Amino acid sequence: MDHKNWQGFSGENWKTHIDVRDFIQNNYVPYTGDESFLSGPTQRTKELFSEFEDLLRQEQEKGGVLDVDTEHVSSLANYRPAYLDREKELIVGFQTEKPLTRGVNPFGGIRMARSACEAYGYHLSDKVEQEFTYRTTHNDGVYRVYSDEMRKARKCGVITGLPDAYGRGRIIGDYRRVALYGIDRLMEEKQKDKAEIALGIMDADAIRQSEELYQQIAFLQKLKEMAALYGYDISEPAANAREAVQWLYFGYLGAIKEQNGAAMSLGRVSTFLDIYFTRDLQQGVLDEAGVQELVDDFVMKLRAARHLRTVEYNELFGGDPMWITESIGGMGENGKPLVTKSSFRFLHTLYNLGPAPEPNLTVLWSQRLPAAFKRYCAKVSVETDAIQYENDDVMRPIYGDDYAIACCVSAMKVGKQMQFFGARCNLPKLLLLALNGGRDSLTGIQLGPQMEPYAGDTLDFEAVRGRWRIYQEWLCKLYVNTMNVIHYMHDKYAYEKTQMALHDTNVERFMAFGVAGLSVLADSFSAIRYAQVKPVRNEQGLIEGFETTGDFPKYGNDDDRVDQIAKTALEEFYTQLKRNPAYRGATHTLSVLTITSNVVYGKKTGATPDGRKQGEPFAPGANPMHHREHNGALASLNSVAKLPYEICRDGISNTFSITPDTLGKSRQEQVDHLVGILDGYFAQKAHHLNVNVLQKEKLMEAYEDPQKYPNLTIRVSGYAVNFHRLSKEQQREVISRTFHQAM
Amino acid sequence: MYGLVHSFESLGTLDGPGVRCVVFLQGCPLRCVYCHNPDTWERLELNRKSAKEIFQKVDRCRPYFGYNGGLTVSGGEPLLQAEFVTELFALCHEAGIHTALDTSGHGGDSALVETLLQQTDMVLLDLKMTTEEEYRRYTGGSLQQTVAFLQQLEQKEIPVWIRQVVVPGITDSQENLVRLVNLLAGKQCVQKVEFLPFRKLCQEKYERMGIPFPLSGVPEATDAFCSEYTARFYELFCASRR
Repeated sequence: MDHKNWQGFSGENWKTHIDVRDFIQNNYVPYTGDESFLSGPTQRTKELFSEFEDLLRQEQEKGGVLDVDTEHVSSLANYRPAYLDREKELIVGFQTEKPLTRGVNPFGGIRMARSACEAYGYHLSDKVEQEFTYRTTHNDGVYRVYSDEMRKARKCGVITGLPDAYGRGRIIGDYRRVALYGIDRLMEEKQKDKAEIALGIMDADAIRQSEELYQQIAFLQKLKEMAALYGYDISEPAANAREAVQWLYFGYLGAIKEQNGAAMSLGRVSTFLDIYFTRDLQQGVLDEAGVQELVDDFVMKLRAARHLRTVEYNELFGGDPMWITESIGGMGENGKPLVTKSSFRFLHTLYNLGPAPEPNLTVLWSQRLPAAFKRYCAKVSVETDAIQYENDDVMRPIYGDDYAIACCVSAMKVGKQMQFFGARCNLPKLLLLALNGGRDSLTGIQLGPQMEPYAGDTLDFEAVRGRWRIYQEWLCKLYVNTMNVIHYMHDKYAYEKTQMALHDTNVERFMAFGVAGLSVLADSFSAIRYAQVKPVRNEQGLIEGFETTGDFPKYGNDDDRVDQIAKTALEEFYTQLKRNPAYRGATHTLSVLTITSNVVYGKKTGATPDGRKQGEPFAPGANPMHHREHNGALASLNSVAKLPYEICRDGISNTFSITPDTLGKSRQEQVDHLVGILDGYFAQKAHHLNVNVLQKEKLMEAYEDPQKYPNLTIRVSGYAVNFHRLSKEQQREVISRTFHQAM
Repeated sequence: MYGLVHSFESLGTLDGPGVRCVVFLQGCPLRCVYCHNPDTWERLELNRKSAKEIFQKVDRCRPYFGYNGGLTVSGGEPLLQAEFVTELFALCHEAGIHTALDTSGHGGDSALVETLLQQTDMVLLDLKMTTEEEYRRYTGGSLQQTVAFLQQLEQKEIPVWIRQVVVPGITDSQENLVRLVNLLAGKQCVQKVEFLPFRKLCQEKYERMGIPFPLSGVPEATDAFCSEYTARFYELFCASRR
């Protein structure tokens, strides 16, 4: 099997089988040099970007939403083509009929779509309302089956952020396949797979898969139609670099037209595209400036991706994120770096187009990455605060060398694995439920095993642990059951046809559970064990506060006494989860990640034994609680590094803020030291680090005077955000975090 | 052996080369008018730590040190606790960790300091003032003592980074530079000279402790001035070495 558009490419296996990794391994050229080859923005790029910036300004002035198309239901071929500037655009395609206009996607739930329109002063058209009167959405399906207990757990917020009213997301289509193979070949393979199913036993699983394949093939056809509206025929493989970027982007565009998943990540495309860039450079049809133009243009398109969200959603996940995560770098299994010139080019867009939160640029860090690339990444971090790091050396042994990150920290093999996203359990809230014998003192809701509230004058460590285990076991069962309901219904009513068409037919599935408030839980147990904690009760005898006397070890100081508590809590939680089978044979995974929801979770949680007050935000992700780190930054990193990735395979998020002066005197020292910190942290098998290098004062100024730094980008928890897109409450929380600072 | 410790900072990048842990000790014989850490002056026994305990904390940070990081012991004045620091440094050396001493050269028992220097890989020597009269007036110590210590380091071939705080109106003159160059003339051990800008962030600490801050009326030194001052210094210094 060969194709004229593959001329110059080596290898055989990828031609006969769908195998993008094999194509990459056979054709990419590692780059170990520095950034000196990079090109600045061309005149065309500058002009186009300035038109784009005008739109962004208008969007901001209109309160964050430029326009909503309430007449159409978002799908691949439902909109006429849209352009920003047809003459200047190298890469084309927008989600709706105008750039930045948001489409309506009611497949997850019509109520959510309706209220999102209303929140921004729009009215969902009768046409769309009509159409969905006779349709079952994912949300409808879920609520047909939710038990009373599931509803209560959701309402009181002990399990929270569940994807039961919108797209679940966190699925990465292998968009590279569109460029490498063209749609016709992909359809052909899927048809073969479908025919094969009919030869076996047609049980429920086989029938479901066969119907899914039918849908996948239908949507590959729609993808072709969508591209045809823009004047492109994507039946065949891409013939050159510009087509490769365009084909790949069409794949992604189709996915975000079809799905409004929370996180719609891109995958790992830069080194793949580098092969096409290199071929065109060698043939002399492109120069470096021309290559960078394509990358800049592509990234501009990604920055224009939008979903229509409700106000509550935005309160939870500040800043309008799409988590268009692109994973960059990492090492090959053969020991060669997967760093290419295009790894640099993608990072370089942060200079050519200025810092921005999307795409969510994620560097896969290995001790063995080329030194010049490490230094460039660190420089970009110091200068833009826009990238995050994840440890390739702990992920590669599990996922191989062609995995990517979905959302913030969720690794999966591209096109071979997917996950059922599952929000998180509020651990401190569960502790309070356990102490109060199954009553939520904030909402009055009763749920879980019912018993007398804890009776003693002071909290006894073993007694509290005993209660904790009972409630943990109960919750884990409820949590898995709830997730099973959600994902059964999502598969049934809002299946990701485009994205799954860009996966192998037989995928491996994860079910990704999460915990929030880990540091609050660990410090609370530590306080109970090492200090004296007296419960304070209300008239009904429910515990609603604590008096804690004496000092106790606090997570974030590299103190094993408490760090082990955190570690054990994760191990036990995971063990309990695994006892309950997951839908479709999925493998249970666990994350320690809150995104920006640590603020809302804290708001919904009473005072805790560690001294945290009622309503006070949790620390984000796996971070130690604000201002409890008394031994400096490395001790804090060491505490987080102890959390076991093998237990938390859905990721352990740590957000690290340091002032430039603390990092070093000169820029060169700052860069060297940051490389040292990253090497040291990841050498201990830590998983993830968001890096912010900035002054707290700058954030305070930006908080007071938003005009002063309009493009201020910061890393929050697993993603970057424009500071001004956070709620004032989230902004305050970010400011109150620990900024590691020299004495 | 126990030390009187003020605090432990796991990430220091400003006191010596590379990524370093910094241990601040309690107790100082000097009373510099611009001192940033008046809370380290007294030999308070609030936080007694064994050398082993501190070493274990440092050792936990070894993965971050790279090829040039390590441990810096600062103060207060570490020479006042030379035995403790010697033990700590010896433990570091067994583990292959680089050791640096941040000192003014004052206050040590000469035999103990001699032993300490055997375990010291480099010294950050604070050469506070360049005349005996000013040294006495602004710090209560002696220039002679610092210079004698520098001579000792020269003999032992221990690498030295000289540091001086640039205080407007006190240590920002051309004369100061010339005198500094003369003091350092011929010293092969000197690898680098750093001028640190005078800052008033510490004023709050003074207020909290109820101690008047002697330089409250003096403006802070700017980074720009310090880098220009550094450039001027190196010009003179290099000329003197030719």
